[in-house]
Amino acid sequence: MSRSIILNIIRFILLVFIQVFLLKNITLYNLSTPYLYILFILLLPFETPNLLLFALAFILGLTIDAFYDTPGLHATACVLLAFVRILFISITVQKEGFDNEPEPTLSLMGFRWFFTYAFVLTLFHHFFLFNLEVFRFSEIQYTLIRVVLSSIFTVFLMLISGLLFLKSRERK
Amino acid sequence: MSGLSYLNSPLITHLINHSLTMRNLLIFISKYNAFFLFVIFEVSALVIYIKYNSFQKATFINSTNQVTGNLYAQLNKLQSYLSLREVNDNLARENAILKDQLKSSFYVDTIARHKVTDTVYKQQYEYIDAAVINNSINRRNNYLTINKGSRAGIAKGMGVICSSGVVGKVVVVGEHMSVVQSLLHKETIISASLAGTKDLGSFIWGDDLNPHMGLLYNVSNNATPKLGELVVTSDLSLFPAGIPVGKIANLHSKSGKGSFLNMDVAIAVDFSKLQYVYVVSNKLAKEQLGLEAQQKKDE
Repeated sequence: MSRSIILNIIRFILLVFIQVFLLKNITLYNLSTPYLYILFILLLPFETPNLLLFALAFILGLTIDAFYDTPGLHATACVLLAFVRILFISITVQKEGFDNEPEPTLSLMGFRWFFTYAFVLTLFHHFFLFNLEVFRFSEIQYTLIRVVLSSIFTVFLMLISGLLFLKSRERK
Repeated sequence: MSGLSYLNSPLITHLINHSLTMRNLLIFISKYNAFFLFVIFEVSALVIYIKYNSFQKATFINSTNQVTGNLYAQLNKLQSYLSLREVNDNLARENAILKDQLKSSFYVDTIARHKVTDTVYKQQYEYIDAAVINNSINRRNNYLTINKGSRAGIAKGMGVICSSGVVGKVVVVGEHMSVVQSLLHKETIISASLAGTKDLGSFIWGDDLNPHMGLLYNVSNNATPKLGELVVTSDLSLFPAGIPVGKIANLHSKSGKGSFLNMDVAIAVDFSKLQYVYVVSNKLAKEQLGLEAQQKKDE
Protein backbone atom coordinates (compact mmCIF):
# COMPACT_ATOMS: atom_id res chain seq x y z
CA MET A 1 0.00 0.00 0.00
CA SER A 2 2.66 2.50 1.04
CA ARG A 3 4.78 1.31 -1.88
CA SER A 4 1.95 2.18 -4.23
CA ILE A 5 1.63 5.66 -2.66
CA ILE A 6 5.34 6.39 -3.07
CA LEU A 7 5.29 5.03 -6.61
CA ASN A 8 2.39 7.32 -7.51
CA ILE A 9 4.01 10.39 -5.96
CA ILE A 10 7.17 9.77 -7.98
CA ARG A 11 5.07 9.20 -11.09
CA PHE A 12 3.20 12.48 -10.49
CA ILE A 13 6.38 14.55 -10.18
CA LEU A 14 8.11 12.81 -13.08
CA LEU A 15 5.15 13.23 -15.46
CA VAL A 16 4.65 16.90 -14.55
CA PHE A 17 8.36 17.58 -15.17
CA ILE A 18 8.36 15.75 -18.50
CA GLN A 19 5.21 17.61 -19.54
CA VAL A 20 6.24 21.17 -18.68
CA PHE A 21 9.94 21.05 -19.52
CA LEU A 22 10.01 18.72 -22.49
CA LEU A 23 6.65 18.07 -24.15
CA LYS A 24 5.51 21.68 -23.79
CA ASN A 25 7.99 22.65 -26.49
CA ILE A 26 7.04 19.85 -28.87
CA THR A 27 4.51 20.23 -31.65
CA LEU A 28 4.18 18.61 -35.05
CA TYR A 29 3.08 20.90 -37.91
CA ASN A 30 1.09 23.07 -35.45
CA LEU A 31 -1.37 20.20 -35.27
CA SER A 32 -0.21 17.60 -32.81
CA THR A 33 0.71 18.43 -29.22
CA PRO A 34 1.15 15.59 -26.72
CA TYR A 35 -0.28 15.79 -23.18
CA LEU A 36 1.36 12.76 -21.59
CA TYR A 37 0.74 13.89 -18.00
CA ILE A 38 -2.78 12.38 -17.98
CA LEU A 39 -1.06 8.98 -17.78
CA PHE A 40 -0.92 9.61 -14.02
CA ILE A 41 -4.72 9.50 -13.75
CA LEU A 42 -4.96 6.48 -16.07
CA LEU A 43 -2.53 4.46 -13.97
CA LEU A 44 -3.99 5.12 -10.50
CA PRO A 45 -4.92 1.85 -8.69
CA PHE A 46 -8.40 0.39 -9.28
CA GLU A 47 -9.37 0.70 -5.61
CA THR A 48 -8.72 4.46 -5.46
CA PRO A 49 -11.82 5.99 -3.77
CA ASN A 50 -13.77 8.28 -6.07
CA LEU A 51 -13.24 11.33 -3.86
CA LEU A 52 -9.47 10.84 -3.88
CA LEU A 53 -9.47 10.22 -7.62
CA PHE A 54 -11.29 13.48 -8.35
CA ALA A 55 -9.14 15.43 -5.89
CA LEU A 56 -5.94 14.08 -7.46
CA ALA A 57 -7.19 14.86 -10.98
CA PHE A 58 -8.06 18.39 -9.88
CA ILE A 59 -4.65 18.95 -8.25
CA LEU A 60 -2.79 17.51 -11.24
CA GLY A 61 -4.75 19.80 -13.57
CA LEU A 62 -4.05 22.87 -11.46
CA THR A 63 -0.33 22.00 -11.30
CA ILE A 64 -0.14 21.81 -15.08
CA ASP A 65 -2.21 25.01 -15.31
CA ALA A 66 0.30 26.82 -13.12
CA PHE A 67 3.03 26.09 -15.66
CA TYR A 68 0.86 26.67 -18.73
CA ASP A 69 -0.63 29.97 -17.43
CA THR A 70 -4.19 28.74 -17.99
CA PRO A 71 -5.85 28.57 -14.55
CA GLY A 72 -8.68 26.03 -14.56
CA LEU A 73 -8.34 24.77 -18.14
CA HIS A 74 -6.42 21.56 -17.50
CA ALA A 75 -8.17 21.08 -14.14
CA THR A 76 -11.55 20.99 -15.91
CA ALA A 77 -10.35 18.52 -18.52
CA CYS A 78 -8.71 16.29 -15.89
CA VAL A 79 -11.84 16.10 -13.72
CA LEU A 80 -13.82 15.06 -16.79
CA LEU A 81 -11.13 12.47 -17.52
CA ALA A 82 -11.48 11.05 -14.00
CA PHE A 83 -15.23 10.70 -14.48
CA VAL A 84 -14.83 8.94 -17.84
CA ARG A 85 -12.25 6.65 -16.23
CA ILE A 86 -14.77 5.56 -13.56
CA LEU A 87 -17.44 4.90 -16.20
CA PHE A 88 -15.06 3.02 -18.51
CA ILE A 89 -13.72 0.77 -15.75
CA SER A 90 -17.19 0.02 -14.34
CA ILE A 91 -18.40 -0.99 -17.82
CA THR A 92 -15.48 -3.09 -19.02
CA VAL A 93 -13.98 -4.70 -15.91
CA GLN A 94 -15.57 -7.05 -13.35
CA LYS A 95 -14.82 -6.06 -9.81
CA GLU A 96 -14.17 -9.60 -8.57
CA GLY A 97 -11.04 -10.48 -10.44
CA PHE A 98 -8.89 -7.69 -9.18
CA ASP A 99 -7.13 -8.79 -6.03
CA ASN A 100 -3.88 -9.40 -7.82
CA GLU A 101 -4.26 -6.65 -10.43
CA PRO A 102 -3.99 -3.39 -8.53
CA GLU A 103 -3.25 -0.96 -11.39
CA PRO A 104 -4.55 -0.70 -14.95
CA THR A 105 -1.11 -0.89 -16.57
CA LEU A 106 -0.23 -2.24 -19.98
CA SER A 107 1.66 -5.20 -18.56
CA LEU A 108 -1.20 -6.31 -16.29
CA MET A 109 -4.23 -5.68 -18.48
CA GLY A 110 -2.93 -6.68 -21.89
CA PHE A 111 -2.43 -4.61 -25.02
CA ARG A 112 -5.98 -4.68 -26.37
CA TRP A 113 -7.71 -3.50 -23.21
CA PHE A 114 -5.08 -0.88 -22.37
CA PHE A 115 -5.05 0.53 -25.89
CA THR A 116 -8.85 0.99 -25.96
CA TYR A 117 -8.79 2.41 -22.43
CA ALA A 118 -6.00 4.90 -23.18
CA PHE A 119 -7.41 5.94 -26.55
CA VAL A 120 -10.99 6.54 -25.40
CA LEU A 121 -9.93 8.48 -22.30
CA THR A 122 -7.37 10.55 -24.18
CA LEU A 123 -9.91 11.42 -26.86
CA PHE A 124 -12.36 12.69 -24.21
CA HIS A 125 -9.68 14.70 -22.44
CA HIS A 126 -8.23 16.26 -25.60
CA PHE A 127 -11.64 17.01 -27.10
CA PHE A 128 -12.69 18.92 -24.01
CA LEU A 129 -9.30 20.60 -23.52
CA PHE A 130 -8.89 21.93 -27.08
CA ASN A 131 -12.48 23.06 -27.45
CA LEU A 132 -12.46 24.84 -24.12
CA GLU A 133 -9.22 26.57 -25.05
CA VAL A 134 -10.33 27.69 -28.53
CA PHE A 135 -13.98 28.26 -27.54
CA ARG A 136 -15.12 29.04 -31.08
CA PHE A 137 -17.48 27.12 -33.31
CA SER A 138 -16.04 28.68 -36.45
CA GLU A 139 -12.78 26.80 -35.97
CA ILE A 140 -14.38 23.47 -35.01
CA GLN A 141 -13.08 21.53 -38.03
CA TYR A 142 -9.48 22.53 -37.44
CA THR A 143 -9.83 21.89 -33.70
CA LEU A 144 -11.19 18.38 -34.29
CA ILE A 145 -8.22 17.54 -36.52
CA ARG A 146 -5.94 18.76 -33.73
CA VAL A 147 -7.83 16.65 -31.16
CA VAL A 148 -7.46 13.44 -33.18
CA LEU A 149 -3.82 13.93 -34.16
CA SER A 150 -2.80 15.00 -30.65
CA SER A 151 -4.59 11.98 -29.16
CA ILE A 152 -2.67 9.67 -31.48
CA PHE A 153 0.60 11.31 -30.41
CA THR A 154 -0.28 11.08 -26.71
CA VAL A 155 -1.40 7.44 -26.87
CA PHE A 156 1.75 6.60 -28.82
CA LEU A 157 3.88 8.05 -26.00
CA MET A 158 1.76 6.21 -23.39
CA LEU A 159 2.30 2.87 -25.14
CA ILE A 160 6.04 3.51 -25.38
CA SER A 161 6.29 4.27 -21.66
CA GLY A 162 4.08 1.21 -20.95
CA LEU A 163 6.41 -1.00 -22.97
CA LEU A 164 9.43 0.33 -21.08
CA PHE A 165 7.96 -0.82 -17.77
CA LEU A 166 6.63 -4.05 -19.25
CA LYS A 167 10.18 -5.15 -19.94
CA SER A 168 11.54 -4.32 -16.51
CA ARG A 169 8.73 -6.26 -14.79
CA GLU A 170 9.14 -9.36 -16.88
CA ARG A 171 12.81 -9.49 -16.04
CA LYS A 172 11.96 -9.45 -12.36
CA MET B 1 -52.62 -2.38 23.79
CA SER B 2 -51.97 1.25 24.44
CA GLY B 3 -48.45 1.00 22.93
CA LEU B 4 -49.82 -0.47 19.71
CA SER B 5 -52.28 2.31 19.21
CA TYR B 6 -49.45 4.74 19.85
CA LEU B 7 -47.52 3.14 16.94
CA ASN B 8 -50.48 3.39 14.63
CA SER B 9 -50.82 7.12 15.10
CA PRO B 10 -50.51 9.04 11.82
CA LEU B 11 -47.65 11.18 13.13
CA ILE B 12 -45.35 8.16 13.62
CA THR B 13 -46.13 6.62 10.23
CA HIS B 14 -45.40 9.97 8.69
CA LEU B 15 -42.06 10.13 10.52
CA ILE B 16 -41.15 6.58 9.44
CA ASN B 17 -42.05 7.34 5.85
CA HIS B 18 -40.03 10.52 6.01
CA SER B 19 -36.92 8.80 7.34
CA LEU B 20 -37.33 6.16 4.62
CA THR B 21 -37.26 8.77 1.89
CA MET B 22 -34.27 10.39 3.54
CA ARG B 23 -32.51 7.02 3.56
CA ASN B 24 -33.42 6.42 -0.06
CA LEU B 25 -31.93 9.77 -0.95
CA LEU B 26 -28.71 8.90 0.88
CA ILE B 27 -28.54 5.53 -0.85
CA PHE B 28 -29.13 7.24 -4.17
CA ILE B 29 -26.35 9.73 -3.54
CA SER B 30 -23.86 7.11 -2.37
CA LYS B 31 -24.70 4.85 -5.31
CA TYR B 32 -24.02 7.58 -7.84
CA ASN B 33 -21.35 9.34 -5.80
CA ALA B 34 -19.00 9.43 -8.80
CA PHE B 35 -21.43 11.62 -10.68
CA PHE B 36 -22.05 14.03 -7.81
CA LEU B 37 -18.33 14.34 -7.08
CA PHE B 38 -17.77 14.93 -10.79
CA VAL B 39 -20.29 17.76 -10.83
CA ILE B 40 -18.78 19.42 -7.75
CA PHE B 41 -15.18 19.29 -9.00
CA GLU B 42 -16.08 20.17 -12.58
CA VAL B 43 -18.04 23.23 -11.55
CA SER B 44 -15.26 24.50 -9.30
CA ALA B 45 -12.68 24.00 -12.08
CA LEU B 46 -14.90 25.79 -14.59
CA VAL B 47 -15.42 28.66 -12.18
CA ILE B 48 -11.64 29.07 -11.92
CA TYR B 49 -11.30 28.87 -15.69
CA ILE B 50 -14.00 31.40 -16.50
CA LYS B 51 -13.04 33.78 -13.72
CA TYR B 52 -9.35 34.01 -14.45
CA ASN B 53 -8.98 33.53 -18.18
CA SER B 54 -11.37 35.82 -19.97
CA PHE B 55 -10.58 38.95 -17.99
CA GLN B 56 -7.18 38.76 -16.39
CA LYS B 57 -4.76 36.07 -15.40
CA ALA B 58 -4.86 34.75 -11.84
CA THR B 59 -2.32 36.57 -9.78
CA PHE B 60 -1.01 33.46 -8.10
CA ILE B 61 -1.75 30.41 -10.26
CA ASN B 62 0.61 31.43 -13.04
CA SER B 63 4.27 31.76 -13.76
CA THR B 64 4.80 34.95 -11.78
CA ASN B 65 4.28 32.58 -8.87
CA GLN B 66 7.47 32.05 -6.89
CA VAL B 67 7.78 28.29 -7.37
CA THR B 68 7.02 27.96 -11.05
CA GLY B 69 8.82 31.22 -11.79
CA ASN B 70 11.99 29.97 -10.10
CA LEU B 71 11.85 26.64 -11.91
CA TYR B 72 11.46 28.40 -15.24
CA ALA B 73 14.33 30.77 -14.41
CA GLN B 74 16.59 27.77 -13.71
CA LEU B 75 15.59 26.05 -16.93
CA ASN B 76 16.14 29.26 -18.85
CA LYS B 77 19.70 29.50 -17.54
CA LEU B 78 20.40 26.12 -19.06
CA GLN B 79 18.68 26.89 -22.35
CA SER B 80 20.32 30.28 -22.79
CA TYR B 81 23.71 28.62 -22.40
CA LEU B 82 22.95 26.42 -25.38
CA SER B 83 22.18 29.34 -27.69
CA LEU B 84 24.95 31.71 -26.57
CA ARG B 85 26.54 31.91 -30.00
CA GLU B 86 23.36 33.06 -31.68
CA VAL B 87 22.65 35.60 -28.95
CA ASN B 88 26.19 36.94 -29.26
CA ASP B 89 25.74 37.41 -33.00
CA ASN B 90 22.48 39.26 -32.44
CA LEU B 91 23.97 41.49 -29.76
CA ALA B 92 26.97 42.30 -31.93
CA ARG B 93 24.67 43.26 -34.80
CA GLU B 94 22.53 45.39 -32.52
CA ASN B 95 25.64 47.07 -31.08
CA ALA B 96 26.69 47.98 -34.58
CA ILE B 97 23.32 49.58 -35.27
CA LEU B 98 23.41 51.49 -31.99
CA LYS B 99 26.94 52.70 -32.67
CA ASP B 100 25.71 54.15 -35.93
CA GLN B 101 23.36 56.32 -33.94
CA LEU B 102 25.97 57.58 -31.48
CA LYS B 103 26.67 61.26 -31.41
CA SER B 104 30.30 60.56 -32.22
CA SER B 105 29.40 58.94 -35.51
CA PHE B 106 27.64 62.09 -36.72
CA TYR B 107 29.31 65.12 -38.07
CA VAL B 108 28.45 68.11 -35.89
CA ASP B 109 27.63 71.25 -37.94
CA THR B 110 27.01 73.84 -35.29
CA ILE B 111 26.66 74.05 -31.57
CA ALA B 112 23.26 75.71 -31.89
CA ARG B 113 21.78 72.56 -33.34
CA HIS B 114 22.60 70.62 -30.23
CA LYS B 115 20.74 73.08 -28.08
CA VAL B 116 17.69 72.81 -30.27
CA THR B 117 17.78 69.04 -30.07
CA ASP B 118 17.89 69.18 -26.29
CA THR B 119 14.90 71.40 -25.78
CA VAL B 120 12.64 70.48 -28.64
CA TYR B 121 12.84 66.71 -28.30
CA LYS B 122 11.56 65.41 -25.04
CA GLN B 123 12.06 61.71 -24.61
CA GLN B 124 8.71 59.98 -25.06
CA TYR B 125 9.61 56.30 -25.09
CA GLU B 126 11.81 54.55 -22.60
CA TYR B 127 13.03 50.97 -23.10
CA ILE B 128 13.46 48.43 -20.31
CA ASP B 129 15.39 45.33 -21.32
CA ALA B 130 14.27 41.92 -20.04
CA ALA B 131 15.01 38.25 -20.66
CA VAL B 132 12.30 35.79 -21.69
CA ILE B 133 12.14 32.97 -19.15
CA ASN B 134 9.05 31.15 -20.39
CA ASN B 135 7.56 31.05 -23.85
CA SER B 136 5.11 29.05 -25.91
CA ILE B 137 4.16 29.13 -29.59
CA ASN B 138 2.05 26.06 -30.15
CA ARG B 139 -1.20 26.94 -28.43
CA ARG B 140 -4.15 29.07 -29.56
CA ASN B 141 -3.35 31.67 -26.88
CA ASN B 142 0.32 32.10 -26.18
CA TYR B 143 1.99 34.00 -23.36
CA LEU B 144 5.58 34.71 -22.40
CA THR B 145 7.04 35.42 -18.99
CA ILE B 146 9.85 37.97 -18.64
CA ASN B 147 12.20 38.44 -15.72
CA LYS B 148 11.39 42.09 -14.88
CA GLY B 149 8.40 43.38 -12.96
CA SER B 150 6.98 46.42 -11.24
CA ARG B 151 10.32 47.04 -9.50
CA ALA B 152 11.91 47.72 -12.88
CA GLY B 153 9.08 50.11 -13.77
CA ILE B 154 6.91 47.80 -15.85
CA ALA B 155 3.16 48.40 -15.76
CA LYS B 156 0.15 46.64 -17.25
CA GLY B 157 -0.60 47.54 -20.87
CA MET B 158 2.94 48.44 -21.95
CA GLY B 159 4.11 47.24 -25.35
CA VAL B 160 6.90 44.71 -25.76
CA ILE B 161 9.28 44.63 -28.74
CA CYS B 162 12.56 42.93 -29.60
CA SER B 163 15.36 43.79 -31.97
CA SER B 164 13.50 42.32 -34.95
CA GLY B 165 9.96 43.57 -34.29
CA VAL B 166 6.77 43.59 -32.23
CA VAL B 167 6.38 40.90 -29.54
CA GLY B 168 3.23 41.68 -27.54
CA LYS B 169 1.65 43.48 -24.60
CA VAL B 170 2.16 43.22 -20.82
CA VAL B 171 -0.95 41.75 -19.13
CA VAL B 172 0.11 40.81 -15.59
CA VAL B 173 2.84 42.44 -13.53
CA GLY B 174 4.44 40.84 -10.51
CA GLU B 175 7.16 42.35 -8.37
CA HIS B 176 10.01 40.61 -10.21
CA MET B 177 8.34 39.10 -13.27
CA SER B 178 5.61 39.91 -15.75
CA VAL B 179 3.45 37.96 -18.16
CA VAL B 180 3.24 39.19 -21.76
CA GLN B 181 0.37 38.39 -24.11
CA SER B 182 2.20 37.38 -27.25
CA LEU B 183 1.36 38.42 -30.82
CA LEU B 184 0.35 34.77 -31.22
CA HIS B 185 -2.89 35.17 -29.27
CA LYS B 186 -6.56 34.99 -30.22
CA GLU B 187 -7.26 38.43 -28.78
CA THR B 188 -4.21 40.40 -29.88
CA ILE B 189 -5.05 43.08 -32.43
CA ILE B 190 -2.42 45.62 -33.48
CA SER B 191 -2.97 48.77 -35.48
CA ALA B 192 -0.46 48.49 -38.32
CA SER B 193 0.27 50.30 -41.55
CA LEU B 194 2.05 49.65 -44.82
CA ALA B 195 5.56 51.08 -44.59
CA GLY B 196 5.50 52.75 -48.00
CA THR B 197 2.05 54.30 -48.33
CA LYS B 198 1.09 54.56 -44.63
CA ASP B 199 -2.30 52.90 -45.28
CA LEU B 200 -3.79 51.76 -41.99
CA GLY B 201 -4.99 48.23 -41.20
CA SER B 202 -5.41 45.80 -38.33
CA PHE B 203 -3.03 42.94 -37.70
CA ILE B 204 -4.11 39.66 -36.08
CA TRP B 205 -2.64 36.18 -35.84
CA GLY B 206 -3.98 33.72 -38.44
CA ASP B 207 -6.27 30.95 -37.18
CA ASP B 208 -4.18 28.02 -38.46
CA LEU B 209 -1.74 28.35 -35.52
CA ASN B 210 1.28 28.95 -37.76
CA PRO B 211 3.73 30.98 -35.63
CA HIS B 212 5.22 32.64 -38.72
CA MET B 213 2.04 33.92 -40.40
CA GLY B 214 -0.48 36.63 -39.56
CA LEU B 215 -3.25 38.53 -41.29
CA LEU B 216 -3.51 42.24 -42.10
CA TYR B 217 -7.11 43.23 -42.77
CA ASN B 218 -9.31 46.31 -43.10
CA VAL B 219 -6.81 48.00 -45.39
CA SER B 220 -8.42 50.66 -47.57
CA ASN B 221 -9.31 49.47 -51.08
CA ASN B 222 -7.33 52.36 -52.57
CA ALA B 223 -4.07 51.06 -51.13
CA THR B 224 -1.54 49.46 -53.47
CA PRO B 225 0.38 46.96 -51.37
CA LYS B 226 3.33 45.18 -52.95
CA LEU B 227 4.56 41.68 -52.27
CA GLY B 228 7.39 41.81 -49.74
CA GLU B 229 6.49 45.29 -48.50
CA LEU B 230 7.18 45.92 -44.82
CA VAL B 231 4.25 46.20 -42.40
CA VAL B 232 5.01 48.43 -39.41
CA THR B 233 3.17 49.66 -36.31
CA SER B 234 1.08 52.76 -36.94
CA ASP B 235 0.94 56.00 -34.98
CA LEU B 236 -2.26 54.77 -33.31
CA SER B 237 -0.74 51.71 -31.64
CA LEU B 238 0.78 51.53 -28.16
CA PHE B 239 4.16 50.95 -29.75
CA PRO B 240 6.43 53.62 -31.17
CA ALA B 241 5.47 54.13 -34.84
CA GLY B 242 7.51 52.24 -37.42
CA ILE B 243 8.41 49.07 -35.49
CA PRO B 244 8.31 46.18 -38.00
CA VAL B 245 5.47 43.66 -37.67
CA GLY B 246 6.23 41.58 -40.74
CA LYS B 247 6.41 41.45 -44.52
CA ILE B 248 3.53 40.92 -46.93
CA ALA B 249 3.68 37.33 -48.15
CA ASN B 250 0.41 37.02 -50.08
CA LEU B 251 -1.80 39.83 -51.39
CA HIS B 252 -5.10 37.95 -51.29
CA SER B 253 -5.57 36.02 -48.09
CA LYS B 254 -7.72 32.87 -48.12
CA SER B 255 -9.07 33.48 -44.64
CA GLY B 256 -10.65 36.77 -45.70
CA LYS B 257 -12.12 39.05 -43.08
CA GLY B 258 -14.25 42.14 -43.68
CA SER B 259 -14.95 43.71 -47.07
CA PHE B 260 -11.67 45.57 -47.50
CA LEU B 261 -8.23 44.36 -48.59
CA ASN B 262 -6.79 41.33 -46.78
CA MET B 263 -3.23 40.11 -46.98
CA ASP B 264 -1.08 37.43 -45.35
CA VAL B 265 1.88 38.77 -43.41
CA ALA B 266 5.04 36.82 -42.57
CA ILE B 267 5.72 37.75 -38.94
CA ALA B 268 9.09 39.46 -38.44
CA VAL B 269 9.87 37.98 -35.03
CA ASP B 270 10.80 34.31 -34.73
CA PHE B 271 8.96 33.52 -31.49
CA SER B 272 10.56 30.11 -31.11
CA LYS B 273 13.97 31.74 -30.64
CA LEU B 274 12.97 34.75 -28.56
CA GLN B 275 15.47 35.45 -25.76
CA TYR B 276 15.72 39.16 -24.99
CA VAL B 277 13.00 41.76 -25.32
CA TYR B 278 12.46 45.47 -24.59
CA VAL B 279 9.43 46.75 -22.73
CA VAL B 280 8.34 50.12 -24.11
CA SER B 281 7.22 52.64 -21.56
CA ASN B 282 5.39 55.54 -23.18
CA LYS B 283 5.93 58.57 -20.95
CA LEU B 284 3.06 60.48 -22.48
CA ALA B 285 0.57 57.61 -22.33
CA LYS B 286 -0.89 58.79 -19.03
CA GLU B 287 -1.48 62.28 -20.38
CA GLN B 288 -3.09 60.91 -23.55
CA LEU B 289 -5.39 58.56 -21.62
CA GLY B 290 -6.33 61.34 -19.20
CA LEU B 291 -7.22 63.71 -22.02
CA GLU B 292 -9.25 61.11 -23.87
CA ALA B 293 -11.13 60.18 -20.70
CA GLN B 294 -11.90 63.85 -20.09
CA GLN B 295 -13.13 64.28 -23.65
CA LYS B 296 -15.50 61.34 -23.18
CA LYS B 297 -16.83 62.89 -19.99
CA ASP B 298 -17.42 66.24 -21.70
CA GLU B 299 -19.46 64.72 -24.52
